[in-house]
Amino acid sequence: MDSETKIDERYAELFRSRIEQISAGSAPFINSLREEAFGRFRELGVPDRKSEAYRYTNLEPLFSHHYHDYIIPDAGDLNYARNFECEVEDLDVHNLVLVNGFYPPNGGALKTIDPGVSLGSLTEAAVSQSEVVERHYGRYAASDEDGLIHLNTALATDGVFINVPEGVRSEKPVQIVNLVRSEKDIFVQHRNLVVVGEDAEATIIICDHTVSPNNYLTNAVTEVYVGANARFTLIRVQNEHNKAAKLTHTFIHQERGSYASSVNITLHGGVVRNSTYHHLGGEGAHANAAGLYLTDRTQHVDNFVSVNHAVADCTSNQLFKGVLDDVATGTFNGRIVVRPDAQRTRAYQSNNTILLTDDARMDTRPQLEIFADDVKCSHGATVGQIDDNALFYLMSRGINRREARLMLMFGFAHEVVQEIPVEALQRRIDTLVMQRLRGELTRCASCMMRCRESVQ
Amino acid sequence: MEKSNDKILDEVTSGEYKYGFYTDIESDQIPRGLSEDTVRMISSLKEEPEWLLEFRLNAFRHWQTMKMPSWANLKIPDIDFQDIIYYSAPKKRSSPESLDEVDPELIKTFDKLGIPLSEQKLLAGVAVDAVIDSVSVTTTFKETLAEHGIIFCSFSEAVKEYPELVRRHLGSVVPYTDNFYAALNSAVFSDGSFCYVPKGVRCPMELSTYFRINAANTGQFERTLLVADEESYVSYLEGCTAPARDENQLHAAVVEIVAEKSAEVKYSTVQNWYPGDRDGSGGVYNFVTKRGICKGDNSKISWTQVETGSAITWKYPSCILRGDNSIGEFYSVAVTNNHQQADTGTKMIHIGKNSRSTIISKGISAGLSQNSYRGLVKVLKNATGARNFSQCDSLLLGERCGAHTFPYLEVDNQSAIIEHEATTSRIGEDQIFYCNQRGISTEDAVGLIVNGYAREVINKLPMEFAVEAQKLLQISLEGSVG
Repeated sequence: MDSETKIDERYAELFRSRIEQISAGSAPFINSLREEAFGRFRELGVPDRKSEAYRYTNLEPLFSHHYHDYIIPDAGDLNYARNFECEVEDLDVHNLVLVNGFYPPNGGALKTIDPGVSLGSLTEAAVSQSEVVERHYGRYAASDEDGLIHLNTALATDGVFINVPEGVRSEKPVQIVNLVRSEKDIFVQHRNLVVVGEDAEATIIICDHTVSPNNYLTNAVTEVYVGANARFTLIRVQNEHNKAAKLTHTFIHQERGSYASSVNITLHGGVVRNSTYHHLGGEGAHANAAGLYLTDRTQHVDNFVSVNHAVADCTSNQLFKGVLDDVATGTFNGRIVVRPDAQRTRAYQSNNTILLTDDARMDTRPQLEIFADDVKCSHGATVGQIDDNALFYLMSRGINRREARLMLMFGFAHEVVQEIPVEALQRRIDTLVMQRLRGELTRCASCMMRCRESVQ
Repeated sequence: MEKSNDKILDEVTSGEYKYGFYTDIESDQIPRGLSEDTVRMISSLKEEPEWLLEFRLNAFRHWQTMKMPSWANLKIPDIDFQDIIYYSAPKKRSSPESLDEVDPELIKTFDKLGIPLSEQKLLAGVAVDAVIDSVSVTTTFKETLAEHGIIFCSFSEAVKEYPELVRRHLGSVVPYTDNFYAALNSAVFSDGSFCYVPKGVRCPMELSTYFRINAANTGQFERTLLVADEESYVSYLEGCTAPARDENQLHAAVVEIVAEKSAEVKYSTVQNWYPGDRDGSGGVYNFVTKRGICKGDNSKISWTQVETGSAITWKYPSCILRGDNSIGEFYSVAVTNNHQQADTGTKMIHIGKNSRSTIISKGISAGLSQNSYRGLVKVLKNATGARNFSQCDSLLLGERCGAHTFPYLEVDNQSAIIEHEATTSRIGEDQIFYCNQRGISTEDAVGLIVNGYAREVINKLPMEFAVEAQKLLQISLEGSVG
């Protein structure tokens, strides 16, 4: 038996042994999809490097590690989550904290913020707002290629549910903090569902953190429905330790005239893979996908973006930038698909990476698949160093080399940071980026929480 | 306007394949099917030495362990490899001393193709090696080339007369383990061209090989080996056609180029295999492995290709830039129409310091065709100062065609500068209108724009080919503009 089959077998065993326990803590509708999803996972398996989408990210060592698979957080962890405070100054948000993929019990009720906006545990929402959940859950996270999405549908424990009803403009962003905190090595699977109704507006910030220093593997799926003429922004800030592996799959389904933007900021992480899918399903919609990765040591960051122009008259833009130091590796997989009949599409894509050492490595694949003729699409990718001419320009004006390099790199990164529409967060990220580039930033310093136990 | 446009499109795209004739030449064939015996039979028919048979058998055994690759963006029907005739040679062949001894039917064939086989056509100044079905039938200008010490002959002849050279380089750039079709080719290759340019020699004329599949149900598996010794230069052209047939024919060739220190090789292809008819039946499957190695410092390999034919093209002429300061270039125009599919591009592997590469790819798709660019630029750790520029443009003519771009950039050295750009668009109505306004008909306008679009690549072709390529472009696209 090769290692691939062994891994698949292991997770089959996990499913068989845990499914009752997982189902017991979940909602009937979510449970009803598990069996079939698991069948699909068995067919597809954990993607290996022969799969084009995972060509440069080797998941095998992650999935062959032995994790304690299902741990209900104890009271201490939940208390920790309740008392959690975000450190970013002046960040005015509605705060939600998940521990190991579990939503701290809130007596079965969803919180209501703003008129009609409800948020809370997905499991609870599947009961109390069953109609909304049933209409959207599992609809957008469909894949014929990626078994991990089906694995999540089969094993998801809990996650966040947000429902912004028609016409409501939720001014204050919602912040979801995913904490991983355990004395054991664990495998976490959570699932989020966000529904933004017609003409509504919402901004969500997802922060990924690890609190204790064990090996973690997270496989998270987020589904977002953006109704007609609605606006939606998703900002993901990732700051985890070197032994953590984070695999996120975000599916954004956009209706007519909607605007959706996804920004991934990866400051730190062992192995990070962000798959972002924008599906433009209604005319006149615009998708914006951006990402920034600043990595050093042995970190690996893989950004996979797929923008699917299914109908005519949509526009999209992708901008991904990164700076790789030490022996860090980076991957960008960008895809623009223009379906037949998606005429008058305008789609752009750009990926720029700066390598700081000879040992850093970048693999990039900006791809276009176009099946309609009246389109304007372009993509560009560059891998290189800081522009010598620009450096010379600054130095000739009396700025020393080190400062000049920093200024150029900061400017390079800021182009992505400015995509963050929340001012307080943008300022904070700018500061972190600057510290990061100066090499002053340890993981703890960049941590957005007040780590009360152990400051290494 | 819409209507007349469509009509013009129709006319343009429905251009006939003018090389679709079939020549009635008696040929020697071996029975259909593929087994170790087939491989041995081919080898013995060609009176090959033991080491070559060994090479073939190893390749065949390895091939049996492999599967047809499926990663390309192509829909390839299952190919029954047992239903192909692996060796077909025009009869009446006892190494012709002069053209008078060549079968007159053959001469007619090549005359029809417009290939200057007869030595009288000295003015054309191109040395030609003509390969029909599986066998090289004639090579012109041998003496002139011999004066310079250049060896240009059929592969079989090279095996007999220069076994050392062939043995040293065969499989050194494309080993038989490389891929499915390269393994198949290594097992059953029939003939091809061999060229050796000695140290310091600048080849005085263009060398050219013309490939033609003639017999039915045969596959063509030729092998070209080109060795340019230190400080030499050679420009090499390759052309291909096939008769129009209902069934599909398989063409799986291997081209290997070795460029030693400071050598320069320019390899140009005008590929015009039969593309199948308007409804997509018939046509050649063109699965070709082409690779060159810039072995020595300051060497250069340049690939130029104009791909207009074949039902399916799967082809990635590549450069391994091993020498310091070596240069790799790839210029390509790929045109697909009707039901054609193409997945083509290049690989530039930067190993040497300050190695440079340029990729210019122009895809044009029309009708119901799918045209993909797939290219790899890989910079290894020690390739300090490597530089690459890639530009891949696609032009869409028609609402139902597809144009796809799959670049792979793998960079392992900080000093490398790698740039990739791609755009996809169609011919703008404003552009057409501008031309119309100045009295240029829509069809001519489209021709004008397409030609301008492809000019960057066509300019790289030797003059003899550039004219042909331009005409081909026009024929392939007849009727496809909208």
